[in-house]
Amino acid sequence: MITLADQFLVLVLLINFVALGTSRLIFSIRAVAAQGVILGILPALIHPFSWHLVGIILMILVTKGFVIPLLLNRAVRSAEIKREVEPFLGYVPTLLMGAVFTALSFAFAGKLPLLPEHQNYMFVPASMATLMTGFLVLTTRRKAISQVIGYLVLENGIFIFGLLLAEALPVMVEAGALLDLLVGTFVMGIVINHISREFSSLDTSRLTSLKEE
Amino acid sequence: MFSVLQGVCDPAVVALVAALVIGCAGIPGLFLRSPGPGQMFATCTTILASLAGLPAALILLFSPVTTTFILDWGLPFGPCELAIDPLSAFFLLPIFIVAAAGSLFALGYWPAKEHRATERGLTFFYGILAASMAILVTARNGAFFLMVWEIMALSAYFLLVTEHEREDVRRAGTVYLIATHTGSAALYVLFSLLAAQSGSFLLPAAGSLSALPPLAMMIAMATFIGFGAKAGIMPLHIWLPSAHANAPSHVSAMMSGVMLKMGLYGIFRTLTFFHDPPLIWGMVLTVAGISSALLGIAFAVAQRDMKRLLACSSIENIGIITTGLGVAMLGISSHNAPLAYLGMAGSLLHILNHSFFKPLLFLGSGAIIHAAGTREMNLMGGLAKGMPRSALLFLIGSVAICGIPPLNGFVSEFLLYFGFFSQIQASSLVYLVLLAPLLALVGGLAVVAFTKLYSSVFLGTPRSPGAAHPHEAGFAMLCPMGLFTLLCLLVGLLPQQALRLVAPALQSFMPQVAAVVNPAEYAFVLGRISLMVLTLVLIVVAVTLLWWWRVGRSRVTSAPTWGCGYQRGTARMQYVGTSFSELAVSVFNGIIRQRVKRPVLSGLFPGSSHCADKPSETLLERIIAPLFSLAGVSFAFLRRLQHGQMHVYMIYIFATLFILMLWAH
Repeated sequence: MITLADQFLVLVLLINFVALGTSRLIFSIRAVAAQGVILGILPALIHPFSWHLVGIILMILVTKGFVIPLLLNRAVRSAEIKREVEPFLGYVPTLLMGAVFTALSFAFAGKLPLLPEHQNYMFVPASMATLMTGFLVLTTRRKAISQVIGYLVLENGIFIFGLLLAEALPVMVEAGALLDLLVGTFVMGIVINHISREFSSLDTSRLTSLKEE
Repeated sequence: MFSVLQGVCDPAVVALVAALVIGCAGIPGLFLRSPGPGQMFATCTTILASLAGLPAALILLFSPVTTTFILDWGLPFGPCELAIDPLSAFFLLPIFIVAAAGSLFALGYWPAKEHRATERGLTFFYGILAASMAILVTARNGAFFLMVWEIMALSAYFLLVTEHEREDVRRAGTVYLIATHTGSAALYVLFSLLAAQSGSFLLPAAGSLSALPPLAMMIAMATFIGFGAKAGIMPLHIWLPSAHANAPSHVSAMMSGVMLKMGLYGIFRTLTFFHDPPLIWGMVLTVAGISSALLGIAFAVAQRDMKRLLACSSIENIGIITTGLGVAMLGISSHNAPLAYLGMAGSLLHILNHSFFKPLLFLGSGAIIHAAGTREMNLMGGLAKGMPRSALLFLIGSVAICGIPPLNGFVSEFLLYFGFFSQIQASSLVYLVLLAPLLALVGGLAVVAFTKLYSSVFLGTPRSPGAAHPHEAGFAMLCPMGLFTLLCLLVGLLPQQALRLVAPALQSFMPQVAAVVNPAEYAFVLGRISLMVLTLVLIVVAVTLLWWWRVGRSRVTSAPTWGCGYQRGTARMQYVGTSFSELAVSVFNGIIRQRVKRPVLSGLFPGSSHCADKPSETLLERIIAPLFSLAGVSFAFLRRLQHGQMHVYMIYIFATLFILMLWAH
């Protein structure tokens, strides 16, 4: 089962590159939703069956695969933008940087003093790589919606790391983390709404005009 | 049943409940639609609670046992203890008196009908301020003390910025906020050190700590900075003049009459923890005290703003109290019991006296502002004709604050003089005698300052149209002023009784001294003073009656002051306050730096010109403000980090994470 989990993680890494390389917002929302669904299945592969686990998986699938993408799609439609044009850094350089960071995170994970049962699996490097990808998206994109996507990818990276501890985590903590994510998305949705109303665009670089002189 | 009754009648419970009731007095007003009833309710409640709390505090002052309560608060700072010992009870007296009087004054001074927008907040925070101070003096847990301290500081801030639409009020509020939090920072250090030394946040028992280790020196320094900033001892006084000047008058009365004393209470309380304090503590307190007194009153002489003058005179009085405390500490350190007794008695009595005459003067200034519509002394004049009762009460307050015999200010300063002169024949600390002429100089300057204030406000002819038609203050404003006047007279007439009031607090502060000294000896001296004062008062009354009798028999015509029958006199020919005080100010010009813009006169018939003066806040404007702007300039590069580019903020986080990862390698 663990090897299957590793293959799913490879899929997650590939989706990272999709999120980095595409300019179409709808497409990257779908990609992140797919990433969330995969992550929702993963705990089922590595942990023994329990009703607690089923509950968590269902919650993850509904939240990451359905609710959040729905919210984002609605935001994209109401803001009437389809593409992220003119990011701060072009798509090819970001892809290359994503590759470099993925390589670096594998190197870094190799040096970490991990438990022996975790050492041979891809959880830690995949988690780092996804986290870095999230950061890359957050820092290089201009539109507020892209930044929400970056935040979701970042959150997914943290979630992968949490999988290592899934058995130890009580259900309340996981539910809390999910709620956190949902609320974060809501808040960002409100922010998006306000940015587009105030500046009649979703360009976050215009926020500099809020700076106190 | 009996125990329940006893529990209810326990004076400590009564005092605490009274404090809480005062704190809640402003709450109903927050929810009432129509203006007026809320304020009326708050005033009635505050007065009733004070009437209950005052006898309770008096009983506690003379009770030999200290009642202790433990609050079950579930916070990780140890048990929260409340206790009212004589020292706490002594400080409760002015809190209850001034709170009630100020609350009544507010009815006339800040009526809800005219100040709909601000009255609710003002009434609410006024109650909170009074209650927090009452609870502060009972707190025996460091963490709880800090919380209540912070409530006190913040409610005072909200009271101070009542008229926040004015720029200078906001500025005064900011300066106050910075100063008070600098002090609070020192208090955090203080209570952490105390907790480190005694092992818990409970305040140490009296005399339980040794003053020898270097830690004690740190504690003393933190105490001086933290509590001194609140009390307004000289280098830490920067917030005081503008804050007192810009707050509504009854709030100024509360701040000056009571809140400054909370700083002093902190110093008193912390000093009780130590046995055998080193000589240097007393010296520092004495030097800081006498220099605050001297410079404070020198600044007061230079002021043009009536309330600023009163505020500077608060610095002076705090200085006198601190001098007394310092002298007492010197007495304890050198095992000179009479000196310690006199210093402490003078200091405590002056605390009480200052909380009588200073609120009287601040409330009086409120009445004047109502009548003349300005705080600027150079624009007033001749108000005594329109408001004779306020003028009389203000005059008595001014005499009291100058320390002139028939009134209470004299009594406490007399004890200090007595202490200084008792050192003439002593073998050690002879130099304390030198403090006597300094204190005399302070008293003399106080006379100059208050003569300037009284004469330019009440005497002469009006200097501006606004002051031309003054109206007498209403009953709600005159009544509290009358109460304070009565208290001033009472302490002046019966100083030996006032000494009895101070004795228990003194006993709890330094039991070993109180055991040696025979207070009857000093009470006897004060009894002589009492006789002398009585004679003086009788003479004054007799002369007044005689004068009235004479005036009543003859025909009276009224004319402008200094009119002398001349028809074309103008009010602009009078001396103004500034010209009155110019000589006294010029002596201290090195420190005060009064800036006078003099008219340039040329030719035989010079055209019209004008002259303006502005007293400067030397410490604030010359040292602290430049330091702040220097800090602003030297840290300007940090502002470049905050540019509003969201994604670059993300890069900051990313870079931090990356560096941490590399570092982990």
